[in-house]
Amino acid sequence: MAELGRAALLLTLGLSVYALVAGAAAARLGRRRLAQSAQNALLAAFLSTLVASGVLLAALLRNDFSFTYVARTTSEALPTAYTISAFWGGQEGSLLLWLLVLTGFGAAAVRLNRGWARDLIVWVVPVFAAVTLFFSFLLVVVASPFATQAPPPDGAGMTPSLQNPYMLAHPPLLYLGYVGLTVPFAFALAALLSGRMDERWLIATRRWTLFAWTALGIGQLLGAHWAYEEVGWGGYYAWDPVENAALMPWLAATAFLHSVMIQEKRGMLRVWNVLLVILAFSLSLFGTFLTRSGVVNSIHSFTQSSIGPWFLGFIGLTVAVSLAVVFWRLPQLRSPTKLESPISREAAFLYNNLLLLALCLAILWGVVYPLISEAVRGESVVLGRSYYDFFLRAFGLPLLLLMGIGPLVAWRRASVRNLLTTFRWPTGVAVATGLVLLALGAGSSIPGLVAYTFASFVGATIVLEFARGTRARKALGATSWPGAFSSLISRNRRRYGGYVVHAAIVLLAVGIAGSSAFDSVAEAKLSRGEALEIGDYRLVYRTLDERQSANATEIRATLDVSRGDRDLGTLQAGKNAYTIEQQVSNEVGIRSDPLTGEDLFVIAEQIDADGSVYFRVFVKPLVNLIWVAGLVFLLGSLIALWPDAREQRRLVARTRAIGVPATR
Amino acid sequence: MTLALLLAALLAVTCVVAVALPFLREPEPESDSLDELDDDERRRLELLEVRDRALAALKELEFDHRTGTISDEDYRALVGPLRRDAAAALQGLDEEGNAAAGRQGHPTRERIS
Repeated sequence: MAELGRAALLLTLGLSVYALVAGAAAARLGRRRLAQSAQNALLAAFLSTLVASGVLLAALLRNDFSFTYVARTTSEALPTAYTISAFWGGQEGSLLLWLLVLTGFGAAAVRLNRGWARDLIVWVVPVFAAVTLFFSFLLVVVASPFATQAPPPDGAGMTPSLQNPYMLAHPPLLYLGYVGLTVPFAFALAALLSGRMDERWLIATRRWTLFAWTALGIGQLLGAHWAYEEVGWGGYYAWDPVENAALMPWLAATAFLHSVMIQEKRGMLRVWNVLLVILAFSLSLFGTFLTRSGVVNSIHSFTQSSIGPWFLGFIGLTVAVSLAVVFWRLPQLRSPTKLESPISREAAFLYNNLLLLALCLAILWGVVYPLISEAVRGESVVLGRSYYDFFLRAFGLPLLLLMGIGPLVAWRRASVRNLLTTFRWPTGVAVATGLVLLALGAGSSIPGLVAYTFASFVGATIVLEFARGTRARKALGATSWPGAFSSLISRNRRRYGGYVVHAAIVLLAVGIAGSSAFDSVAEAKLSRGEALEIGDYRLVYRTLDERQSANATEIRATLDVSRGDRDLGTLQAGKNAYTIEQQVSNEVGIRSDPLTGEDLFVIAEQIDADGSVYFRVFVKPLVNLIWVAGLVFLLGSLIALWPDAREQRRLVARTRAIGVPATR
Repeated sequence: MTLALLLAALLAVTCVVAVALPFLREPEPESDSLDELDDDERRRLELLEVRDRALAALKELEFDHRTGTISDEDYRALVGPLRRDAAAALQGLDEEGNAAAGRQGHPTRERIS
């Protein structure tokens, strides 16, 4: 069936070329049937990519080792779930997933918006087709998943660290995020190319951007949890280039989601917004390049390949063409309104944008510096954790504070007296929190203390906003307090969904500050019966067992855990030796306290033949708030994403008023 | 091998038909030009956006004032310009509608409600 896969990808390539050329010609010459034909080509490209993906998936499930890709990424012993995840576990498969999601999103975005924004869609098609063309070209010419060989008796298996349930969801979510950012990019470029600089491109892409941003955010948190549980070094984020690769477009998209509100409310920042969309998309391409080219050393980068130069060329072309189009349309992008006061919501959002962008660019520099130093000086100089931590504190802490200030300041301008009144309670809560924490000894880490204080300030503003809003809704006629609360959210999902997301960021900040600024570590080589103490915890090494699973030999050390006089049961840590892959992985032991959010984290660093084990043990206060933050983040995003009937009616009325069919 | 080629050919034919469909459906259309917004419609769309933006801002200001987030003093300073923006957009829409009606020879004010 490899022939079918190859033919399907060749079809996608041909359809992409057609959609690009015919779509551009139709848009330029104003030909209706040609434009429809180009749209259909984009839909057909999705169908042919779907067929190609089906062929690869079937080959994986059948363990058809005549497919080079299948033989390289799976084995007979690999459990079925990981056999499926091998689809995105290797380079060619992950590029195919990119293409599948891209063509699927392209088809959906065109179908959903072709009624009410049809003059825009005509230009969206060739832009989408250009991106599709690049990825289908890579899959046909450079990195085909359908290369065949004489089938070996068994496959090489999967990298052990990828044999983890998180790998079933983490990469696809990141890809949904990366690829999702193509939609706002395609619409922004279409608006620029067509000269239709009205709000429709923003409205058409708002939810797509939010969806992509949510997927990237959740994907990164799942990746962090995977690193925490599976990689076994005692942390969840190492400022690894590939981790940064997902963070950078997320930061750019976060900036866009805030600044787009300024354009919607005040008609400002038009140039800035298209530049942010271009940056977010380019960074998503750069992220894929970092992961897939093998240009950087990373625990997440699984391949050395020849696709790097192609990616760099495409990123360069994308940036150059996009900036040229922005420059061409600059006169039309000038805003009719100006910033009226440095104390206003739009000003606060602008400060937020500048900090987000500064953080994003600082991370980008940290990622590319080793590459540049290697190219210029012949040696790769890696910027370490202290570099990133410095910028996280320098830009992240003010960002956290702004998150509380921005939503409570009026649009256009606010008086200082009003600000003092509005922020009286949140400031009081923050100061009280800071003093209490100082008394409890949190002054050992000033950045941690500042993070807690700012987080309490933001938390107080969020509670205040919900309380005041609910009270106002009740006064406006809601029959009950729950009814008033529900009406408050349903009448402005973006605003209150945004507050829930802010609450998630507060939890995240508290979790990160707690687990990184106030954690403790102890390490010792123990023989059976010996103990190790850390904080209030006491761990006694009892036994060492070996067992055989389907694809690995599992060695586990069992420890008795107690805290003060309380027996907390046992904890196991050890290693897995994967037979086929010939690799060993750390399998850490984690005991979570659901009440305090604290983790006791045990790594069996080295297991000696005499049964003694070198343990490293961490106590990580509040670390579980990071994972709780993921759930709250998802809830907030879903609230903001949920369709708003009032807004739909307003858009329908607007489009009817100019005679465009309201078939959105 | 044969089955794969057969399926590939079927897929190719399906895709080609999909691409050719607009031409097969309408071999000789009355008009093949794209139905784009003319200058009047684009101007009207801009005014509608300004109107909606001003009305939404007014609504948000009213609510923030009611919740106490915006003080009386700030409310009074902000509400005037917003009302003027909304009124200007509505007036612009009226004038646009009347001009369009004049060009077409019949009133169309209700179209812009």
